[in-house]
Amino acid sequence: MPAIRELEDAYERYVLNNEDGFVDEFRRRIEDFGGRPTPLQYAENLSARYDTDVYLKREDLLHGGAHKLNNALGQVLLAKYMGKERIIAETGAGQHGTATAMAAAHLDMPCEIYMGERDITRQRPNVFRMKLNGAEVVPVTTGRGTLKEAISETMRDWATTVEETHYVIGSIVGPHPFPTMVRDFHALISEEARAQLHERAGQLPDAVLACAGGGSNTMGTFHHFVDDEDVGLYAVEAGGSSLAVDEEEGVAPNSASLSTGTEGVLHGARTKLLQDGDGQIVESHSVSSGLDYAGVGPELAHLVDEGRVQPVNVDDDAALEGFHRLSQREGIIPALETAHAFGYLEEHHDDLGDVVVVNVSGRGDKDLAAALEETEQRDLSNAPDMGEFSGGM
Amino acid sequence: MSGSDLATAFAADDPAFVPYLAVGDPSYEASQAYVEALAEGGADAIELGLPFSEPIAEGPTIQEAIVRALDAGMTPERFFEFVEDLDVDVPLVCMTYYNLLYQYGEVDEGERRPRPFVERAAEAGISGFVVPDLPAEEAGPLREACDEFGLDLISIVAPTTEDERLERLVDVSSGYLYVQARLGVTGTDVGAADRTAESLERLAEYDLPKAVGFGIDGGEKAADVIEAGADGIIVGSALVEIVADGHERDRSTAAVAADLEELARELKTGARRGYERRVPRPEGS
Repeated sequence: MPAIRELEDAYERYVLNNEDGFVDEFRRRIEDFGGRPTPLQYAENLSARYDTDVYLKREDLLHGGAHKLNNALGQVLLAKYMGKERIIAETGAGQHGTATAMAAAHLDMPCEIYMGERDITRQRPNVFRMKLNGAEVVPVTTGRGTLKEAISETMRDWATTVEETHYVIGSIVGPHPFPTMVRDFHALISEEARAQLHERAGQLPDAVLACAGGGSNTMGTFHHFVDDEDVGLYAVEAGGSSLAVDEEEGVAPNSASLSTGTEGVLHGARTKLLQDGDGQIVESHSVSSGLDYAGVGPELAHLVDEGRVQPVNVDDDAALEGFHRLSQREGIIPALETAHAFGYLEEHHDDLGDVVVVNVSGRGDKDLAAALEETEQRDLSNAPDMGEFSGGM
Repeated sequence: MSGSDLATAFAADDPAFVPYLAVGDPSYEASQAYVEALAEGGADAIELGLPFSEPIAEGPTIQEAIVRALDAGMTPERFFEFVEDLDVDVPLVCMTYYNLLYQYGEVDEGERRPRPFVERAAEAGISGFVVPDLPAEEAGPLREACDEFGLDLISIVAPTTEDERLERLVDVSSGYLYVQARLGVTGTDVGAADRTAESLERLAEYDLPKAVGFGIDGGEKAADVIEAGADGIIVGSALVEIVADGHERDRSTAAVAADLEELARELKTGARRGYERRVPRPEGS
């Protein structure tokens, strides 16, 4: 990681110390181009259902349809300040790739996105969106062709091209300073949510919920609440179809590294990982490809170890039911990643207190085909009958 | 810094040839024969790759070798048995990724990882380690364990490693320095510019032997690198390609081993030729 020192230096100068007005320009652009601040919406129907005040932080309304633009725009702008000429990024569900492609087009930088072959199939609409924004999409065929392999492949590109290229990593993972820098860009979520709730209700929430894969929306949603010790912070992971690791097959049918992972070293960070007894990283699985990563951000893992953040999880079925519930009850089709938080809210609303903030990390348009296919294979309590329309996506 | 028998691989007047193979590729038995063929062909030390599921420093050729080895059942414990079973008398270096060292064995109270791995490696007959994903800043515990068991820790120097960082890197290193001829990942494809001469010049003030790797695929390239001032050459992908081709075409282990031995000889001969071509340097430099 030869570029890390240069990046650390740039992070300190521009992001932490606002040199050359970097932070001012970032805030102006994320408002004008991105549409910040996003609303904090009172969810009337869910609030009535649970007899709890439920507020939704609407990151799905950020440009691009997910929280991802906060970080992508911040890093592409930083690359410009550093004098880099080319942008590369990895993507899982395609949301980070899309956000990076948009930010690169906005700031006039050439951009290549590495994406696992399997994810390319699962997330075609986002592939088109990236290409429409002028990015090149590079299929990654190694391993099972998901996020973990895409990160490894982007790191390989960066090792070759580091002098003119910046790697816009998509979550709070990888070597320092990536985890803290990505968190800082996403911390706008909790900065706004805290102030908005104070204005609306004159109080702090009792609980804050966010889904957790790598953990970027999670830390963004938690950051400004970490010092508020009475606010419960819940990182909702993908329980997949089972929490056990199949050592024989080298597969974990979940992505719950906070709940079930063990300490190890991956992609330049010491954190919690899904691994076998030898330390080989196992393939994770979730109905939502954006949560499909065998590791998690080191800061989030640390907050879990300290007992400040509660790691919880729901399985694929509960997530899909959450997807349908938010769609039917509030008129918001969430990303399958986001849906996990609503799966947890349904099961545990009695334990969360009177005022709950849930981060709606992304909208579900990208997931329609996958959600319908997964729904058809299950016996869910609240799925609509698609009848003659099914199979047509 | 304690030294192992690796120093003997770098003789004053004979450039070292250090080949790499992924252990267990494509099978335990074939891999044994291949490593022994390299020793027969003139290897002065051998880098044995212990396969890890996320080999971020490797190009496609070695990635595929690692997948073949993992599919054939290679594990850290099997790797140590492999080293014990080998019939070679050159120093052996274990090249792998930090998580495998970190997870191995149980640590007793007051003991630190990755001590159990290093202890077992020493017992099996390993002389040193290359761990491409371990930054010098985090190498303290491994360095300590290496000192305790008399093993070397070899660091990789990239063309972009800043001078200030280089100091720290050399501080934790012993055995030799693995000098990257170019930026990027392992492989014979010379995409980025070769910066061997530039790198060697920057490293001249350090006493450790300098072995250059990345992109050396034959005798002529080996000669050029040694002529440029390197103390040794490291060759991986060009050899792994012979293994891959043999596996794909279902060739006999003996035939593949013979080809490996032949390329090994060519590389060692090339290195010697490069040494002879080198303009004698003034005394004391």
